[in-house]
Formats: sequence, structure tokens, C-alpha cells
Amino acid sequence: MKDKTLQIVLALSCIFLIAMAQFGMIGNYIQAVFMFVGINIIMSTSLNLVNGNMGEFSCGHAAFMCVGAYVSSVLSVLFFGKTLGDPLLPSYMAVFIFPIIILIGGVVAAIAGIIVALPSFKTRGDYLAIITIAVNYIIISAIENMSFIGGSRGFQGMKDTVWAMLDIFNGPWMLMWVTVFTIFTVWIIRRFVSSTYGKGINAICQDEVAAEIMSVNTDKMKLVNFMLSSGLAGIAGGLFAHIVGYVNPQSFNILKSTEAMVMVYLGGMGSLSGAVLAAILFTGLMEVLRSQALIEFILSPVTFVFPEWEPSAGVIKWVLIPLILVLLMQFRPEGIMGNKELSDWFPKLKKYYKFK
Amino acid sequence: MSLLNIDGLTQRFGGLQAVSEFSVDMKGGELMGLIGPNGAGKTTIFNLISGFYQPTEGTISLNGKPTAGLKPHQVTSMGVARTFQNIRLWHDMTVLDNIRISQHYRMGYSVWDSFLRTKKYIRCEKAIETIAYDLLEAMSLKEFAEELPKNLPYGLQRRVEIARAMSIKPHLLLLDEPAAGLNSSDVEDLIKLIRWIHENFDITIFMIEHQMKVVTSLCQWIKVIDFGATIAEGTAEDIQSNPAVIKAYLGDDNI
Amino acid sequence: MDFIIQNILNALQWGSFYALIALGYTLVYGVLTLINFAHGDIFMVGAYIAFFVASWLLGPVIGLDPTWTFVLAIPITMFLTAGVGVTLERIAYRPLRRKGAHRLYVVITALMCGLILEYGNLACLGASRKKFPDLLEKVIWHFGDVAVTNLKVLVIFAAIAVFIFLNFIVTKTKIGMAMRGISYDKFAIPLMGIPIDAIIVFTFILGSSFAGLAGLLFAMSYPVLEPFMGALIGWKAFIAAVVGGIGDIRGAFYGGFLLGFIEVGVVSIFPSTYRDLFAFSILLIILWMKPTGLFGVAKNTKI
Repeated sequence: MKDKTLQIVLALSCIFLIAMAQFGMIGNYIQAVFMFVGINIIMSTSLNLVNGNMGEFSCGHAAFMCVGAYVSSVLSVLFFGKTLGDPLLPSYMAVFIFPIIILIGGVVAAIAGIIVALPSFKTRGDYLAIITIAVNYIIISAIENMSFIGGSRGFQGMKDTVWAMLDIFNGPWMLMWVTVFTIFTVWIIRRFVSSTYGKGINAICQDEVAAEIMSVNTDKMKLVNFMLSSGLAGIAGGLFAHIVGYVNPQSFNILKSTEAMVMVYLGGMGSLSGAVLAAILFTGLMEVLRSQALIEFILSPVTFVFPEWEPSAGVIKWVLIPLILVLLMQFRPEGIMGNKELSDWFPKLKKYYKFK
Repeated sequence: MSLLNIDGLTQRFGGLQAVSEFSVDMKGGELMGLIGPNGAGKTTIFNLISGFYQPTEGTISLNGKPTAGLKPHQVTSMGVARTFQNIRLWHDMTVLDNIRISQHYRMGYSVWDSFLRTKKYIRCEKAIETIAYDLLEAMSLKEFAEELPKNLPYGLQRRVEIARAMSIKPHLLLLDEPAAGLNSSDVEDLIKLIRWIHENFDITIFMIEHQMKVVTSLCQWIKVIDFGATIAEGTAEDIQSNPAVIKAYLGDDNI
Repeated sequence: MDFIIQNILNALQWGSFYALIALGYTLVYGVLTLINFAHGDIFMVGAYIAFFVASWLLGPVIGLDPTWTFVLAIPITMFLTAGVGVTLERIAYRPLRRKGAHRLYVVITALMCGLILEYGNLACLGASRKKFPDLLEKVIWHFGDVAVTNLKVLVIFAAIAVFIFLNFIVTKTKIGMAMRGISYDKFAIPLMGIPIDAIIVFTFILGSSFAGLAGLLFAMSYPVLEPFMGALIGWKAFIAAVVGGIGDIRGAFYGGFLLGFIEVGVVSIFPSTYRDLFAFSILLIILWMKPTGLFGVAKNTKI
């Protein structure tokens, strides 16, 4: 029983969180923050598979999020929304169909991941980095030119599905789904990277020639890894689209990819618990620095000297966060966790969970 | 039937003829040496056998099956293991993981099994772990199972690399300068180790080596190449007195 | 026919901007194998510096005439922009390099520095766009229906001159030899008595000052400045550098022009919204077929 402690604590706190949301003890804003934490955890852990475990440098992770977001949005609107004609399915099915829609978004994103995986057979390092950037631009640009899903004006109507779920039972559906999919993601990645099969990816990272000669099918491993990573990003995209209720190609541009990258390197390359921690920290930091009052407090010495200067939190946030990260890199150039897991730092933790 | 048959192997890199008309025929259980001055094309031959390069001309066949067009991991799955001149272990993974990952060729489960942790997965992982521990035990490396290779002394790293190659359960083991960078007592141990492997595992060994002590005390048959061409072959005594070999190693003036 | 020539000229002009920025990327990459993602933003800073320098020189305190302003603005802008590049190297990259951080952490730091420059600019100067003053009197030459401005010719010649200059520095001078040496072996170079930090600073000075020049010329050609002008053009120039073969001066030069031609070619046939889609797809296909770029040499790992 003792070795299940961590899982039980985790499950209980998730149930507690959802229950608090259900009984109105936490407001919509806090719920939204929790949901974004979840999405960022999915993004950082999935990118960590490529950038951390495999040691490649993918800078276009948001592209796959974009694919997942659009595919699941379109499906969701087709099935339950009114924007693209009458709903195809009765609204009471929303609860069962919704996770399937999100998963289909993930599958299509995984297929899109092949665009990056195939060149990775021949090239690696900075040339692959460029291919990922180019793929990010290509996918955004392609969607901007598809006028039937709104093009650059964006696409909306996914809230219909959420409302359909609310009609059946009035509860924090999205919070629940985000929690479920976040745990699902971390669970799948954990199982994958701890299996002998998945460790082949680390072998490719450390010495590709040796991996190939010791019977690791490097091409297949790369394909599997890229598809898994981009598929999970697609799931994150689908959830994001349904939380916000509106998607625009430009919300998945390089800046979004940069956020995912920052979380991976902040956590430490190849460390799953580092990626989770970094996602929580980063999202928290983003939300805290949104407060205009705090920014004005931080900058009060400056505004005292230049009284006519009026800093806006939305801008200053993007100066302070990179600044904090640059400073952090100077003090811990290997990220928060290095390439270690939480249990390597605190060996006693191992007693409380068994993750097999 | 011969285990490894190489016929008329030629490899050109642009204008450079790295290997020309190399032929060899190894029967099961042999221990053959390949020597020659630096840059003679020895490692290229190994790279050709293990599938890193596709030969310009000539054929390589293992147990009668040609390996043309196969990827290195496919060649490895046919029972060819090798080590490298400069040790290429995965230095940030434990010795045990190094051995376990080398079991990819017999991976009996798919990626879905690794997600779902099916019965098949558990069975395979258990089998892999047993094999790995047995091998480490046999190679007297068990106490280092949880160490990172980069923290081990050089001699032990060599041993780990040979152990990793052995975990493939190869029919043919290619050793690329196993004694490079070892001191004389380590070399003694290495000779014992290779002899022990050869006797106990029913394995064919093809090795590149510069240290004549290793070659003469281990190899039954030696091939000498220079500038890609075979200049001599025979037993250790034949080779040592062969004028062409002396010329290749020491130059004209010394004759 | 005139339509084609006009488009070729436009392509040459855009290609020149890409080439000027790509040269900076490739110089730093060639020496440090560091993707200096802040370089596009250094270009933006260069344009703003040019704006302030020009306004100051034209302004009531100095009161020069526009031609002299232009002549003086070039060295001052290049000098100040080089200062920005060297400052970044000094306070952000060098400490990381000294600590032996993983290469990608330096890249992330560069990305962050770029963001700081963009948003710092936005915070300090506000969102209002700056209008760059006219410095050169516009001269338009007509050849049939083809119109060429003196500025366009100047931009193209500047790019070619910079390329020839950099190519000379890297291939013919001792300092260029040291730069190439660092890219091969960072550890052996100090043992040969070469001051590695000085060489790296010199590289940043070269790269950043030409980004400043590009900024000045860009601001003169498209006289509206905004803080994010460097982001997209920087990413694109970087891609151009890689398609040419990153680390190679020629590669950056031809890659920049290639991208210019592809973009202008796409826009002249399809609606302009398809520009990025087609341009990046073509570059992707080139990289797919030639994974190390047009001039890049495949680094064979010795087995």
C-alpha cells in the first residue's frame, strides 16, 4: 500500500480540485489557470520527448498543437455546433464523443508529425531545427489560406460542445477533461521512456552510431517518438481550443513554440518531472505577472524617475519572464532538474510510489 | 558452410580506393586477425561488414545470406556484433541499461505494449533483465550494473563494451582494436577475456589489432592489408617473417 | 518581359536584406555553432538606432543636410549596433560558455534575449510606429517600363560589397583563419596562442554591425519602424542561411538571394497570402533533398 501513496495523493488532489470547482469554491479564473497548467504540462512533457530524450532541437512544436486544435474544433463544430450546418449528432452524446474528438485531433497531429520525422532520418541537429521552424510556418500559413475554416480570422463555435456537456450535467467538464488528459499524457510518457523500447531514444541521443549497431532501429524509433510527441501536442491543442472557444492560426506561432521550448529547457533536458515542474512554474509566473498592480509595484522606482512612462503589464511581462529565465540559466545552466528525476534528488520518494 | 564470406570487396570514397578486392572466408569458431598500418582500410572493412557503408563492388554474406542493402541494425540482428576503436558506450546510462537497450533486436513487444504494460511486455522485460544480469555476472561486471560507464576506468569500459556486444548473442564478433589505450596488465586481462569468450560461447571472432602480443597469442590466422589491398596472410609465424609485411610496417630502408 | 525584370530587381532587393542578416547568423554560427536567435532583433535595434541617429543629426542641435546625415549615419549605426551585439555576447552568452552549459541552453538564452529586445523596445518606446526620415533624394531611372530607384541599387551593391568583404576576411586574413579554427576545435585554439574571446567578440562585432547596416538600409527602403519587424525577417534569414549551408559565407549569401527570388516569384504568381506557405515548402524540399544545405559539407562522424 505504501508504494501507492503518491498515486493516491495525486488522485485525491485531482478529485478535490474538481469538487472545489463544482461547489463554486474556486472561481472561473483559477479554474482557467489550472487548465492552462495542464495544457502546458502536456506541451512541455511531449516536447521533452524530442528535445530532451532524443536530443534533437525541435522549434516548431506549436504546429502540431495547431493541427490538433483545428481538427478537433472542426469535428466538434460538425458534430455539435451550428456554425457549419446542423449538428450531426444529438447533443446528449457530447460527453462520450468529446474525448474521441480530442483523440482524433491527436492522431491527425501525429500523422502531421511524420513531416518532421522523415527528414530526421537523414539529418539532425540544426538542420532539423530549421525543418521544424519551416513546418511551423507552413502549417500556420496553410491554415490561414483555408477560408472554409475561417483562414486568418480564426475559427469558433467549439463552445457549443462544452455547453452540450453542461446541459447534461452542470459541472466543471473542461477542468475534468484537462486533468484526465494531463494525467494520461504523463502516464503514457512515463511508461514509454522507462521501457527498454523507449530507452532506445536515449541511446540515439547519446550515440546514434552505437544505437544503430546495437540493433536499435533508429529510423523507426525516431518515427515513433516524433509521432508520439506531436500527437500529444495535438491533444493539448484540442483541449486549448475548447477552453478558449476560439482558435486563430497566429496563436500557434513561433512564440507558442518558444514557450514550450522554454519549459523543457527550464526543467532540464530529458527530465520528465522537471518538465512538469517547469510547466507549473512557468504558467504560474505568466499569470502572476499579468497583474498590473504587481508590475507597477516592481517598476515603481523607474516610474518615480520617469513619471510620464506608463508600463503595461502585458508588455512588461514579456520583458521580465525572459530576463528571469536568462538569469536562471546563468545560475543553473542545466535547468532546474538537470537530467535527473525528482526521485534522484530525493531517494526517499521512491518508497512512496511504484510506477510500473 | 562458411559463417562469413567476403568476395572481391571494393570500396571507393570519391577517388580514394579504401578497400580493394578484399576476400575472406571464415568458418564457425575461427579467431582471425586483421592487421595493417594506420589508414590501411581495416575499420572500413568492419564498417562494410556491419552495414554502415554499402560496398562499391563485391559481396558479403553471412551464413550464405547476402547482406547487401541491409541497414546496420538488420545486420546486427543476423548475429554480428562489434565494438569500436574509441569506446562508444552510452555514457549517461547505467551499465545495465546499456546491455538492456542492446536487446532491441529481440524486442518482442510493440510501442502499444509499452503503454499498456501487457503480459507480453512484462514477460519480455523480465527476459531481457535476466539475460542482462546473467551476462554481467558471467563477465564479472555485476557489481558495476548501476554505475555510469563514464565513471568507470578505461579497462572496465572496454569490458563493458565487449559485454554489450556479447549481449546480442552474436555468431560473429568484430573487435576493433580492443587493446587500444590499455596498459600491459589490462592487456593481459583482455587476452584472457577474449580467449575465454571464444572458448565458452562458441563464437567466431574477427579482430583488428595493432599490439602484436595480442594478435600472436590469440589469432589462428592473420590477414595483413596495406592501402586497401591484402599483402599477406598466414599464421603468426608466417606473418612475422614475411618481407612484404615488414616493408609495409617499417619501410624500405630496413630490409 | 518588363514585368519579369521588375520582379527580378525586387527579388534582388529582398534577397539583399536576407543575405545581409543571414551573413550575421552564419558568422556567429560558423565560429561558435551557436544559433544566435537574437540576431533578427539586433537588426531591428539597428533600424531604431539608425532612426535616432538620423533624427539627431538632422535635428536642431546638429542640423546637417540629409546626404551628410546618411554618410555619417552609416558608421555610427554600425558602431552602436555592434555595441549591442557585443553586450549580449558579454553578459549573456559568455558566462554560459564558460560554465560549459549545453549548447542548446545558449540558444534558448539567445531566444530570450531576442524577446527582451522586442518587448523592451515596445515598453520603452510604446506601440506607436516610427517614421524614418528621407535621407537620400529619390532618383528613379527608367529603362523602358522598368523603374529602378537609387536606393534599390544601393541596397544590392551593399549586400554584394559586404559579402566580398566578409569572404575576404574569413578566407584570406589571419583573424579569419582563427575564426575557422575555432569552429573546428574550441579546445586546441587557445593552446595555439589565439585569444579565443577576442576572436569571438570580433565575430559579434562583424555580424552585428552588418545587421545594423541592414537595419539602416531597410528603414530607408520601408520607412515604418515597429518593434517586431526583426522577428519574421530574422527567422526567414536564418532559414535562408541554413538552406545555403550554415557556417558558410557563400551559403548565407546565395541562400538569402534564393529566398528573395522564391518569395517574389511566389507573390508574382499567387496571392500574397501564399508567400510563406510556398516559400517555406520550397525550402523544406531543398533541405529534404540536400540535408546539409547548398554549400554545407556533411560532417561524417568517424566510426
